[in-house]
Formats: sequence, C-alpha cells, structure tokens
Amino acid sequence: MMIRGSGALVTGGSEGLGAALAKELAKRGARVVVVARGEAKLHEVVRAIRRDGGDAHAVVGDVGDKLATHAIAGAAAALIGSVDLLIHNASTLGPVPLPLLLDTRCEALQQVLEVNVVGPFRLSKVIVGGMVLRDRGLVVHVSSDAAVEAYPGWGAYGASKAAHDHLVRVWAAELSATKVRFLSVDPGEMDTRMHKDAMPDADTSQLARPVDVARRLVDLIARSDAMPSGSRSSLSVEVAP
Amino acid sequence: MNATSWPRGAVLAERLLWIDPTAHAFGDATVQDMRALPREGDLLVVNDAATLPASLCGHTEDGAPIEVRLASRERGSWLCIVFGAGDFHTRTEDRAPAPTLRAGSVIRFGDTLHARVDRVVSSRQVVVQFDRDGDALWASLYGLGRPIQYAHVKAALPLFHVQTGYASRPWAAEMPSAGRPLAWSLLLALKARGVHLARVTHAAGLSSTGDERLDATLPWPERFDIPEDTVRAVAATKRSGGRIIAVGTSVVRALEGSACQHSGRLTVGEGTTSLLLGPGATLHVVDGLLTGIHERSATHFALLQAFAELPLLEEAYGHAERSDYQGHEFGDSCLILGGVSLQARTRSRP
Repeated sequence: MMIRGSGALVTGGSEGLGAALAKELAKRGARVVVVARGEAKLHEVVRAIRRDGGDAHAVVGDVGDKLATHAIAGAAAALIGSVDLLIHNASTLGPVPLPLLLDTRCEALQQVLEVNVVGPFRLSKVIVGGMVLRDRGLVVHVSSDAAVEAYPGWGAYGASKAAHDHLVRVWAAELSATKVRFLSVDPGEMDTRMHKDAMPDADTSQLARPVDVARRLVDLIARSDAMPSGSRSSLSVEVAP
Repeated sequence: MNATSWPRGAVLAERLLWIDPTAHAFGDATVQDMRALPREGDLLVVNDAATLPASLCGHTEDGAPIEVRLASRERGSWLCIVFGAGDFHTRTEDRAPAPTLRAGSVIRFGDTLHARVDRVVSSRQVVVQFDRDGDALWASLYGLGRPIQYAHVKAALPLFHVQTGYASRPWAAEMPSAGRPLAWSLLLALKARGVHLARVTHAAGLSSTGDERLDATLPWPERFDIPEDTVRAVAATKRSGGRIIAVGTSVVRALEGSACQHSGRLTVGEGTTSLLLGPGATLHVVDGLLTGIHERSATHFALLQAFAELPLLEEAYGHAERSDYQGHEFGDSCLILGGVSLQARTRSRP
C-alpha cells in the first residue's frame, strides 16, 4: 500500500515497537494517530514526530476498555480523516514473572484476552466497516512466535496471539471479495520493556532494536499488496545471524 | 406509531414497509428482504457520518447546571441547543430552560473543557467556541460527552448503540438511523449480487429542539461531503440505467443539495445545504429511499412526497400504524422504490 498520504492508527504507541512504527510511518508521509494509555509518554512520542516535521496526533485510550472503542476511532477520524492502516500493536503479557498455566489466575487469562483479542476485535469492528465502504484498507496484527510455539509460561499471551492470528484469517476470508486486507506479522525478538518483563536475564545486546524492526515492518506494509490477505509472516527469519 | 425503547438484537428481522410509487402499491417485508429488492446495477448510497458524543453537561459561571447539545459545526465554532437542569428522562419539550447566557459567558465541562459563548441566537440556541482544539478537544469531547439521548429509550445509550456498521467520520449530531439495520451480511450479499455501494458524509443534525417554533425550522443547514468515487459511481449507474437508492434522508439532502448548487450535477466536495424537498420536487440524483418509520412530522412527510404521492403514503402509513410497526431511531424501516417484485398488500388506485 501507499504509505505517503495514508491515515494510520497505531495502538500501544507510547514506547517500544509501537512508538518506532508511528515515527517510521510519519517519516514516510503518513498521517498518524498514536494510541496508548500513558499520556505523558504518548505526548512525548507525538512531539518528537512533529519536531521532525511529521503529522501525528495523540489519542489517550485503553484498547481493553469497551467504552473507549468509539472514542479512539472517532477521535482518529476527526484528526486524520479515514484510517487506511490499522496496526494492532498494543498487547499485555499478563502477570510477570510469567506464570505456568497451573499458577495462572483465571482472571489474568481473561484480562490478557480482553486486551489482546477482544479489544483489537472491537477496534477493527468499528474501523473496518468504513474501510469496506471505501474499498481500501489494511489491518496488521503484530503477532509473536508464542502464537505458534508452546513456550512454558507464555500460555495466556501465546493463546491470545494465536486467537488474534485466527481472527485475522477469518476477517480475510469473510472480506475476500473486498479490497480490505488483513495480515499477521511476527516481529521477532526485540529489545523492549515487554521483553525485559518477560525475560529479565536475557542478553539484550543480541536483540534487534525496535527502530530497525519498525523500518522492516513498514517496508513489508509498503509491499504488502503482493501478500495474500490473512497470511502470517515473520520478520525474525530475515534477521542476519 | 409506537417508539422502540431499546435497540433490538436481530436487525435483519426488523420490519420493512415497502412502497412502490410506480405500481401504486405497498406491502410488508423484513429488512432481510432488502437483499432482493434493489436490482443488479443499482447503487446504494449511505451516510458514513459517525454519531458525535454531542451532549455535554456542565455549569455556568454561577454554578447553574446546563446541557449543551452540539447541533452543527461552523468552522471553529459550534451551533448548540441549551437546556437547564434535568436529563433525558424528561421529554425534550418539557425540559427546563437554560440559565441566561450572554456573549462572553463561559460554560465549564468537567475540569478541563470550557466553552465561551460567541453569540446568543435565541434562549435555546447559542454559538460557542471551545478553549481547546485538535487532539485536546477531541479527547475532551469523547471523555465528557455522551450521545444525545431520547426520552422514549429506557436507559442512557452508550455511543456504540448509536452508530451504523460503517460509521467513520464524527459529523452527526444524531445517528443517521436509516442505515442502522443494514448488517454487513446484507450489504455484502447486495454487493455480491452486483448492487454497488457508495458513501457521502452528511452532518445529520438534531431531530428535535424541545421548542415547537424552533422545531418547525428544522432541519437547519447541514454540512456534507461528496467523495470523488461517489460522483463517478452515480454517473456510471445513471449511464447504465441503474437507480440511485439513498439510505436516509440525510443522503437525499447531501446528493440533491450538491446537485442543486451545481445546476443539477452532483459535484465532488464539501458544501452546506438548506435544501427542503417536498411534493413534486425535481430529484436530480436519487431514485429511491430507505428510511426509518417516523412520526408524520411535516418536514419528513413532505420529503417522502418527493418520492411518492400523498394518498399512497397516507394509505401505507395508516397500514403501518394499524399493524404495529415500530417508529423512531430503533424502529422499523420503509423503502420507497419502484419495481418491487413482492406480493403487494394493497394496490391503491393511481
């Protein structure tokens, strides 16, 4: 898709990959709405983008809150016009250190599913209708290899990511007669706060930087017209050893 | 007409009164039957305006409670309707008058948002400017505002109950409700049959002000935006003999308003229209209308008469009233379109 001149909404955009994606998209000429719960860090990201001449807006909101859905989508449309690119990047690991399933509280699993599956579903639901009407749009789910591999301790998070991957496939199947497209992308391991929370003892010098991953992910989005809607791809396999 | 007191679950099972002005016939159907009613090559035009959280409760400088309803946006300022104490459980026409406002009066909403009165139009109408714009204004509006509520609805409606399935741009003071029953399964089935879809954005305004004299002046001038794709789709449909079916009177206003301003030609771009259609009006663009079943208010019924003659409308509406059709925002629907192939309930004399 054409990034320049498009309207993009990135959730979880106050730090890590989300912030890097917002910056990269703005650098390439997209009008960007950045969504996050933390107001201070979110405004910092938006200020940084504007300082570099980019077009960015902050919408403070919690993807896990049902009543925030229309507030996020409505404010985004008011600020940037139509949303052509929706990136579901916000997600929660749930409790850390990562518990075994036998030690996971049911409420913790529910909360992870609410933020990582139901919340993005709600946001897609209110944004994709307009995309179908305009007959263009791309929805990207930032997935994880935990959606595919069974890592001990990653049960709640992995199940939520696998569920979201599956929703992506069904969205694509249901809207296959339209030009609205859906992708899941596993960005690979990165040096982010989430990674530190999950694996505090990992050697971060070996990890990809979010800014580099964001560049590759936006490259992928730019040439995504050739990829089948509903498909899942991984950026980690492209990393040089 | 009975008003529906809460959104019903199964929209496709809601009732559809169809009126065929060419065959002088009408009959009963369900929204689900809409799948078969437009013909291949017809164009369904919807209003993609999302409903604003247009009702804001605040206080004047003297601490008097006030409800401000955003009716329309005029560049940086908003034309509003104001009420005093009370909430939606009281019918709009019974609401207490707003505290006295003057140019320069300040209204405070929550801790963050202030509005300054620019101009007092009448005791119910003021033009205000907010003290913030951009990101901060929209955060405040969505944080503090609620959709306009209805006395006939049993509880406060959250924003998600007053949106269509394709709502995109927050322009509408109240829900463009004709499109509310159009589930995507229905729209995609129509698309698969070769019925095309297009959109306009029309800032649907208030349905009522609570003041009889003011209500008689509704609808007020409303903003619209006609995208290039839509102008192209309308032209292609007309060329191939298809019909343009407006979903909602707001779409009729946008399409015909644009055409009226450009010598009968639908034209790309934004505008404001105060067009009122009535019996015998020349329609430049629209051939058919899907609308909600509403009270027989003068303006709504006058607009319907641009599509069908009064005796047929009277007969069909009388039938709907006797047959317990539901009215208002969450009520049943009415399609006025020629060439309906369903079994007619009544064929009235031409």
